[in-house]
Amino acid sequence: MQNIKYLLLRRTTQIGLMFLYFGANAYGWNILAGTFGTSYIIGLIPLADPYTTLQVLATGFVLGADVLVGALIITMFYFVVGGRAFCAWVCPINMVTDLANWVRRKLNLDKEEVNYRFIKRSARYWILGLGLLVSALVGVAAFEVVSPITIMQRGLVFGFGMGGAVVIAIFLFDLFGVKNGWCGHLCPLGAAYSVIGSKSLVRVKYNHEACTACMDCKVVCPENQVLHMIEKESIAVRDGECTNCGRCVDVCNDDALAFGIRSFVKGIKTESYDEALVR
Amino acid sequence: MAHSNSRRNFMATTIQSVGLTALGGMLWSGYADSVKASPLVLRPPGALAEEDFLAACIKCGLCAEACVNRDTNIDKETGEQREGTLQMAKGGNPLLIGTPFFVPTDVPCYMCEDIPCVPVCPSGALDMPSLLNEKQELDINKASMGLAVVHKESCISYWGIQCDACYRACPLLDTAITIEYQKNERTGKHAYLLPIVHDSVCTGCGLCEQACVTEEPAIFVLPNDIAKGKAGDHYVKGWDAKDQERVGNAHSEITTTDISKQEVGDYLNTEVSY
Repeated sequence: MQNIKYLLLRRTTQIGLMFLYFGANAYGWNILAGTFGTSYIIGLIPLADPYTTLQVLATGFVLGADVLVGALIITMFYFVVGGRAFCAWVCPINMVTDLANWVRRKLNLDKEEVNYRFIKRSARYWILGLGLLVSALVGVAAFEVVSPITIMQRGLVFGFGMGGAVVIAIFLFDLFGVKNGWCGHLCPLGAAYSVIGSKSLVRVKYNHEACTACMDCKVVCPENQVLHMIEKESIAVRDGECTNCGRCVDVCNDDALAFGIRSFVKGIKTESYDEALVR
Repeated sequence: MAHSNSRRNFMATTIQSVGLTALGGMLWSGYADSVKASPLVLRPPGALAEEDFLAACIKCGLCAEACVNRDTNIDKETGEQREGTLQMAKGGNPLLIGTPFFVPTDVPCYMCEDIPCVPVCPSGALDMPSLLNEKQELDINKASMGLAVVHKESCISYWGIQCDACYRACPLLDTAITIEYQKNERTGKHAYLLPIVHDSVCTGCGLCEQACVTEEPAIFVLPNDIAKGKAGDHYVKGWDAKDQERVGNAHSEITTTDISKQEVGDYLNTEVSY
C-alpha cells in the first residue's frame, strides 16, 4: 500500500477551503468568505492575494487598507512558514494538474521523447513581471483577466459558465502538451509564491544515508529540479519552487525524506535532519 | 573560444526571452483591453466610473455574497432565499470576468436601505462615501447605477392604453418617474398617461424594467454614459441663477480682422464644382 498521508491531507485542505468559500455564498457562512482576491476569516481578518494586489496597485489605483493588510498577512505567512505551499495546499487548479500528471504517467506520456519541452521553467518569472507591466499599461489587473485559478475558484463558488473551458484547457495542456506545463512553467502566481516562500522555515529534508536511489521522488515531483541533492548530499530542499506538497515524502520507502524546519546554521545538517524525524 | 560561445548563447537566449515577452505582452494587452470594453453593463451601487472600477475591483465577490445572503432576500410566499441581484461575470458573459453586475430583467436592485453590498467592498471599487448623505448615513437614493429610458414607440401608454406598471414599481414613487397627462386627440375624450423619468432622481435600480408589461421592456435601464447626453459648457441657462454662476468670471474680448474686399469678391464669383 502506497503511503498517501500528505496527499490526503492536501486534498482535505484544498477541498475543505473551497467548501468554506462555497458555503459563504451559498449558505451565508462567515468562516471564510470572498475569494483569493480578498477574503475574510470570520468577517474580521482580511486575507488578500499578494500578486493580485500588486497588479491592482500597478494600475495606479490606491487600494483599501484591508486589501493591503490582507496581502501582508498572506505574504508573511508564506514567507516565514509555508514557502510555496499555496500551490499544493490551497490552489484548486493543483487538483486539475495533479490529475493530468497522474493520467500522463498511466498513459505512458511521461517519457522524455513524447514530452514537449518548448517552454522553460523560467518563463513564469517573465510572465510574473509582464503581468504587472500589462496591468499598468491597460489599467486592469491583467492576470486576473485570464487566471484559471480564480476562474476555477469563482466557478466553484458562483458557477462556472464558459469558464469551465479554461480549466479543461489547463488539464489538456498539462496532459498532452508540456509536463507540469501550467504550474511548473507558466503560472505567475506560483512564481510569485516561489519568490515569497524561498526563505521559509518548513522544508523537505533529505538523508543521503537512508536513500536507496530508487528515484521515485523525482518521478512524482512536479518541480523535480529542486531535488538536485538526491544521491548527492544530505541537505534540505531550499529552492523556492518546491511546493511543499510532500509527494516525495509519501512515495519514499526508505524514510530518506521528511518535513522539517529549515536550519540557517551551516554544518549541522544531519543533526537538524534527526530532529525533524523525531518531530 | 568556449567562453565567447557561452556568452553568445547567453545573449541569444536573453534576446529570445525579451522578444517572446514583448510578443506575449502585446497579445495579452490586446486581449485585456478588448475584454475591458463592455459599456452596456450595470454595476452595483456606489461603483466608481467604469474605467476606474475595472482597475479597482479585486473580484472577491463579497458584494454578491452580501447581496444574496441579506436578511431581506426571502421570498415572502415560500419563505426561501431568492436569487441575488448581483452576479459575478463568468466566462461567456460579455464583460470583464469576475466583476459584479446585474441584469434588471433577471433580478433588479431592490435598493436595500442598509446597502449590504457596499460596505463589504475591501478595495474601494464600490465607493461608500459617494452614498453618504449630509448626516453621514448610507443613503441608497444617492446611488446612480444607470438611468431608465422609455422607448415611446413600444410603450403602450404612448399608444393611449392605460398602464402605469413602471410608475407603480418605482421605489421612488412619483419622483423618479412621474405621470404626465396629455389629451388623446384620436379619441377626443381620453387621456394619455405618460411615464416621464427624471434623471436627477432615478437610481437605475431596474424595478421598472422588470415590471414593464410589454414583450420586451419599453422602459429599460442603461448605463449613465450611454443614456445621457451632454450639452457642453458653452450652453448656459441664463434664466437659472445657479447655472448663470458658471459664467461669473467670463469676459469678452473684441478682435478685429481686416477684410480683403478683393478676396470676398473673388470668392463670390468663383464657380464651384461639386
